[in-house]
Amino acid sequence: MLHETSPLAVLIFAAFVVGVIGLSFWLGRKKQSAAAYYAAHGEVHWFVNGIAFAGDYLSAASFLGICGMIAFSGYDGFLYSIGFLAGWVVALFVIAEPIKALGRFTFADALDAKFNSRGIKMAVAISTLVVSIFYLIPQMVGAGSLITPLLGLPQSVGVVLVGVAVTLIVVTAGMVSTTWVQFIKGSLLVFFCGILTVMILGRGLLVNAGRPGTEDLTPQVKTIRPDGTVLIDGQPQTRDHDLRPVGTILRLPERYAGQTATGPLKPLEYLAALGDSTIVTWSATRHSDEQGTHITYSPVEKKGADLLKPGGYFKGLSSGTLAGRLDFASLMLALFCGTASLPHILIRYYTVKDGAAARKSTVVGIAAIGVFYVLTLYLGLGAMTSGGLDPTDTNMAAPLLAKSFSTTLFAIISAIAFTTVLGTVSGLIMAGSGAVAHDLVENVFGVPMTDHEKVRCGKIAAVVLGVIAMALGILFKNFNVSFLVGWAFNIAASANLPALVMLLFWPRTTKQGIIAAVTVGMVASLGWILLSADTFEKVYGLSRDLAPMPFSQPGLVTIPLGFLVLVAVSLLTPRRAEGNGFR
Amino acid sequence: MFMADGNETTTSRLGLALFWIYVALYGSFMGLVLVRPDLLSWRPFGGVNLAIASGMGLIAGAFILAVVYMVARAGR
Repeated sequence: MLHETSPLAVLIFAAFVVGVIGLSFWLGRKKQSAAAYYAAHGEVHWFVNGIAFAGDYLSAASFLGICGMIAFSGYDGFLYSIGFLAGWVVALFVIAEPIKALGRFTFADALDAKFNSRGIKMAVAISTLVVSIFYLIPQMVGAGSLITPLLGLPQSVGVVLVGVAVTLIVVTAGMVSTTWVQFIKGSLLVFFCGILTVMILGRGLLVNAGRPGTEDLTPQVKTIRPDGTVLIDGQPQTRDHDLRPVGTILRLPERYAGQTATGPLKPLEYLAALGDSTIVTWSATRHSDEQGTHITYSPVEKKGADLLKPGGYFKGLSSGTLAGRLDFASLMLALFCGTASLPHILIRYYTVKDGAAARKSTVVGIAAIGVFYVLTLYLGLGAMTSGGLDPTDTNMAAPLLAKSFSTTLFAIISAIAFTTVLGTVSGLIMAGSGAVAHDLVENVFGVPMTDHEKVRCGKIAAVVLGVIAMALGILFKNFNVSFLVGWAFNIAASANLPALVMLLFWPRTTKQGIIAAVTVGMVASLGWILLSADTFEKVYGLSRDLAPMPFSQPGLVTIPLGFLVLVAVSLLTPRRAEGNGFR
Repeated sequence: MFMADGNETTTSRLGLALFWIYVALYGSFMGLVLVRPDLLSWRPFGGVNLAIASGMGLIAGAFILAVVYMVARAGR
């Protein structure tokens, strides 16, 4: 669909970007120490840090991806939310305090605290970079693909805009400005999702979304001709002749017989009424011939109760194949184990003053993120029945839901969706900058640096990473990237979690064991992903059947493999010296 | 091992106990999704089905356990 762009959205977004960059320059006006650049002096208040956790963690995948998945496939998007939140339990109960006590600036500091081994620092720094880059690509591509429908600018402009803004945020005041940007973004995101949810409940459920035109349920055909022009139902696509927006309620529950609207509903009533309604969702089929590629969008009548149970998106669950179930189990394991292994989340523990503050900020983070995920369920379901969905683009579900209320709200939500990318990308660049400058240059290659030089080296690394992020964002622009975030969780969990957990709970762990576990976990999960059916189909454009791996998500195999390798290698290598006196 | 003194050991035990409680809850829910998804369509909660109720329960549960942990650690 061709979207009208909103000058107000451009204005709000520009104001936000100018505001946060101005704030960053103000925060970075004094000469900085390495402790300030990498860890905000360890002086961030636990509440601010907690909301910043939410700002760091709730990426575009969380906001737009989950919302869209719920709007088009129902319940399964919520399974992602459940998995994403559960990971914080691991972070709080197992990882938070040791990470805080053992490290100073980076995740490698903590893993290496007892060994002082260059090998560990190198392996962990490389895994930090790999995970951060895998996480960066979908954020940057997401920024690029959002900017056209939301702000009316070309895709590469979106990527460059985000890249430049984030690099400025990071190089001005490092972790201090990153923290504040994430705090502002986290607060705005939760607050406006709350407002949208209140509006959804206030509107209740309406037959045909109360919008004229949405009762038309004839299939729609979009044809992309070889010369790139687009036809809608055989006629050239224009703003007046375009795909119709979709996503409506056909019939309300029996208790509303004869009515076309339920009126305002309480949160649980809303779910119950939706479960008893009949809903029309749209699915796409495509075929190609000499005229071009034809995508047919057809309405499917579904019971609300069927949309509110698992299996709509994860077809492996509904079809009941073993591979499909293992794939799902593997993803849920990776989400559970991955959060506490993500470098850009872990470094946030160094910005607070002590273990108690680390604990409290995690609780605040869990509260903010948990509330957000519950709101996302309502946002997704509200979008599903808003009559305003674009059948070609699931990522637009949340902004279009806002548009079904008012164009001002659309402008605000569009601007927030875009700023969501800023918060997460700045965290990732910060993590990468620490891995390059503090771990690799300073500790692995042993380049002697003064405090001031450490900051400069970190800033140079941030600029280089920012440029790489922009290049990747433009390079991968036509790439289906929604699943890359899942991969980043798989790699993080496979490479980092076994080493982290065993170091804390198994005294026999040796440095060789840690190096081997990080390396094998990273290589195995990455290799598995590159040989999986999803990659064959979506990346190489080959048949799924050619892929050698039985299912696409590696975590179920590669996380235990990491533990196994660590135990085996540790048992084969000599115990470390008692007392660890060398620290 | 990261357990500097006696207090750290007891609190770590509490953290680990709460962790395993959550693993049991998360694991049973995912087990149900994998093995008996039909049970999740059951609607005992005023029309809200078990799938939604347990999902919200897992989110609220994480928060409740987190608060328990925070209060228990601060109270010593």
